[in-house]
Amino acid sequence: MRAFEYAVPANMDQAIRLLGNSWEDAAPLAGGTDLLSLMKDDVVAPRRLVNIKEIGALRGLSIDAKQGLRIGALVTVQELADNPKVAHAYPVITKTANEIAGPQIRNMATIGGNLCQRPRCWYYRSGHGLLARDLKGQSLVPGGDNRYHAILGNDGPAFFVSPSTLAPLFIALGATVRLVGPNGKREVLLEKFYLIPKSETEREHDLKPNEIVTEVIIPLLNGAKAATYEVRHKEAMEWPLALASVVLKMKGQTVSSARVLLGHVAPVPWRSAEAESALVGNPISEAVAEAAGKAAVANAKSLGRNGYKIQIARVAVKRAIMAAS
Amino acid sequence: MAEYKWPDAEKRSLIGKRISRIDGPVKVSGRAKYSYDLKRPGVLYGKMLRCPYAHAKIVSIDISAAEKMPGVKAVRIIQDVGKEIKWAGDDVVGVAAIDESTAEDAVRAIKVQYEVLPHLVLDNDPKSAGENAKPVAATTLGDPAAAFAAADVVSSEGLYGNRVITHCCLESHGMTAEWTDANSLLVHPSTQNVSGTAAQMATPLEIPATNIKVHQDHIGGGFGSKFGPDSWGIESARLSKQAGGKPVKLFLERAAELMVAGARPSSYARVKVGAKKDGTLVAWESESWGTGGPGGGGSPPLPYIFNIPNQHKQHTAIANNIGPARAWRAPNHPQACLITMSALEDMAAQLNMSPLDFFLKNIDLTGPRAHIYRDELQIASDLIGWDKNWHPRGDKTAGPIKRGLGLSIHTWGGGGHPSDCDITIQPDGSVELKMGTQDLGVGTRTALAIVVADTLGLPLEAVKISIGDNSYPASGPSGGSTTIGGISASARRGAVDARDLIFAKAAPSLNAKPEELEAWGGVIHVKTDPNRSLTWAQACAKLGGMPITVRGKNPGPEKLNDQGVGGVQMADVSVDVETGVVKINKIVAVQDCGLIIDLKTAESQVYGALIMGVTYALYEEKVMDQQTGTMLNPNMEFYKLAGLGDIGELVVHMMTGKGYDERGPIGLGEPPTVSPGAVISNAVANAIGVRVGTLPLTPDQVLAALEKKGGSNASI
Repeated sequence: MRAFEYAVPANMDQAIRLLGNSWEDAAPLAGGTDLLSLMKDDVVAPRRLVNIKEIGALRGLSIDAKQGLRIGALVTVQELADNPKVAHAYPVITKTANEIAGPQIRNMATIGGNLCQRPRCWYYRSGHGLLARDLKGQSLVPGGDNRYHAILGNDGPAFFVSPSTLAPLFIALGATVRLVGPNGKREVLLEKFYLIPKSETEREHDLKPNEIVTEVIIPLLNGAKAATYEVRHKEAMEWPLALASVVLKMKGQTVSSARVLLGHVAPVPWRSAEAESALVGNPISEAVAEAAGKAAVANAKSLGRNGYKIQIARVAVKRAIMAAS
Repeated sequence: MAEYKWPDAEKRSLIGKRISRIDGPVKVSGRAKYSYDLKRPGVLYGKMLRCPYAHAKIVSIDISAAEKMPGVKAVRIIQDVGKEIKWAGDDVVGVAAIDESTAEDAVRAIKVQYEVLPHLVLDNDPKSAGENAKPVAATTLGDPAAAFAAADVVSSEGLYGNRVITHCCLESHGMTAEWTDANSLLVHPSTQNVSGTAAQMATPLEIPATNIKVHQDHIGGGFGSKFGPDSWGIESARLSKQAGGKPVKLFLERAAELMVAGARPSSYARVKVGAKKDGTLVAWESESWGTGGPGGGGSPPLPYIFNIPNQHKQHTAIANNIGPARAWRAPNHPQACLITMSALEDMAAQLNMSPLDFFLKNIDLTGPRAHIYRDELQIASDLIGWDKNWHPRGDKTAGPIKRGLGLSIHTWGGGGHPSDCDITIQPDGSVELKMGTQDLGVGTRTALAIVVADTLGLPLEAVKISIGDNSYPASGPSGGSTTIGGISASARRGAVDARDLIFAKAAPSLNAKPEELEAWGGVIHVKTDPNRSLTWAQACAKLGGMPITVRGKNPGPEKLNDQGVGGVQMADVSVDVETGVVKINKIVAVQDCGLIIDLKTAESQVYGALIMGVTYALYEEKVMDQQTGTMLNPNMEFYKLAGLGDIGELVVHMMTGKGYDERGPIGLGEPPTVSPGAVISNAVANAIGVRVGTLPLTPDQVLAALEKKGGSNASI
């Protein structure tokens, strides 16, 4: 790890002033489960770490009958998983959060950090840049070992997969994310927060180097059915091969509106309009779930080694729908 | 004349009992200090500049900027201009500095120019390996062509393989080295070879081996990869010398550990098996290949265990540009076992026979241990519920989860290595054993204490065990399952001699001859009249003022251990045929290892082997990128190891009693590691009705095999 300056601001204003105009200037430090390993591997080397853990405004979790769930950015994944009010109002969040990584990670990792964590692409993590390019500027992914890479939204130049397990679910639930920067607060639909970078200078989300995620707001379920289904190889301390989060609003026995999000399949949490239309207007059944799964991967394509993920993503969507029903 | 033979069952107070390891509490409480944990006074930290290319020639090296950096105490070129580097991660320049980050900064300040040369890091196709493929002479036994052609012979063909995996020691390789004077070195390594380290360091460092003191209390895994000081160990001593003798701690980072500090060779084979319709095995044909890095790879012993009468075999070693292979628990056996047991299970399926019946039908082909395998197969099938749970290939029940059973057998040598020890008995009755061995994590200290205490008739805690230092009598490296046989035999001989000296001192006051005495329950008494007795302390007091020290040796008088074991394993797995995910329900391991010294640590040894086996069967793979020549998963994130939730229920049954005990202790480190890959692969084939040829059995491999159902999974 390279030398860095370490700052511990007491409030948000100080924190924003300590951040810089480029990612090389400064990085906010919360749980550190991702940032510190990126620094140890010399993938990033910010000149200053801004420890935001002393900022009380970033903490706390509450449920409001109108606004829904507010999760402070510093709430840990385990705090979210353990919260009885969340378990009552959003059992799907409790279940999804409880299955992330393992206890050591869940106890340290924060919700803000989970949403902003960087991709796990092994070319990126071994120093070839976010777009995994060789010295000639060609991506190493299509001709390399892409067994864990994207099957959707993979026309390039980005081939990595979005790593957050919570983001697909939160987007399916209609979440917004609140940010603070030098020009004050702004609010972004979480779905719009994630971007597919077109160049090495862009990032995979709409966060500026001088901004901090402060909280996430999640509307109430209001009777909608919701579930996440995750396929992973090992039981714990493991990334999903693919996951699906679905939120279904029902009118009687029929799906009146649907949100189907896939994770670990594309450079962003992938919303599948195809799967959603396969559901709307139909009662939930094995056959409808199967059709929605097929629709979700209709446009998926293998990069060579990751074709099996198309099958797994299809099954994850089908099983998430059945789990929600 | 002393009698060294192991005591009969009724005369064993500790041997063979279920005893917790004596160093368990310090390990689980974190008080045990591994060499990696040590921080010697004034320590400097060593780091390596590693070649980023898989194959390159060094054109120039400039270390001047690094040398001038504050806090940098030594910079040494290890491989100089003109040197050809044959794998990514090989060390080029070493640096020692006051802390790790300064050392890393210094490494980054070194400028090396390379001429990049063509590389090969893959091993999937010997035909595309060009001159890197080195065929070994073909061997033929009997008349395989005629045997396959016989009218009543059915044949089965398949492609099976094991990828390169690494040792992934949780305590990485390395040492702290320091010069205690201009000509004397003290090292704290992580090693499987305490007594043999000095001799390996003496020549390159040009000092007498007698001037090198080696000490290690605990080691965090070796698995066959830690027998030598390695280039980085020698370099830590040289950096220390350049830094005026200050301790230099140089342990590999996780990435380097996985890239350069050991690999298990890959092994793939196209196999054809021939059997008569009644199940009698008659012919074997195999075309195999594999790599262990720049030196190629060993030829797996095919067919494994079954001496099929007609054989034709051809092996090709592929030399490539990955970190060199090292011994990995039971070298070549797990690979040969996977290939053979998979091919035989496929043959049984072709014959519509249960593999259990098929193995039993041919069990005499396994040679002298056939009766052991037969007994073990019976026990294992009872423990796994074979009769109830086995079904012909392909679980026909509804739903995506398919369940299957598989079996495998294995063997290993495990004879004891040379070993010396000193046993000292003090006039106050206290006892110490000193031996230059190491506890690889398997309970060496505990086994030594059991043997000495049992022989002297004392409780376990009455014996002090001192190991891990090369000033103690030399004992062999812990490899090849040779430790328990060696250390238990030398400890037994030393303890018998020491006990007999005490008997001689005690005999006159008991009005008996020394050979009429017995040590039991902390007392020395006359065998025929137990009331005539002295406590152990009273007897030792007769030594007068001076302690006695006795040397125990192996080999030595009387044969105290044997070699050659057989084991059987069976697995029960579930496979999700929609996702390709394999889950272990249960694995049964039935194993012989001669006389068991400690039943608990013996069972633990087998549990550990099964866990490591589940890991290589389902998860482990050294993923190499042909474009960059580098390893893509040199971390604990994508170099996957099984966790508690992945291993299923493990059931261990040790073969003991008549027919086993009289052979003496036989090593157990390797044998139970051999079968897990085969047994899990066979269970998966039984579950899903198609062979997944190559380990690890990852979802992509399982789904690919299912897609080609009906044919074999003919790609590597």
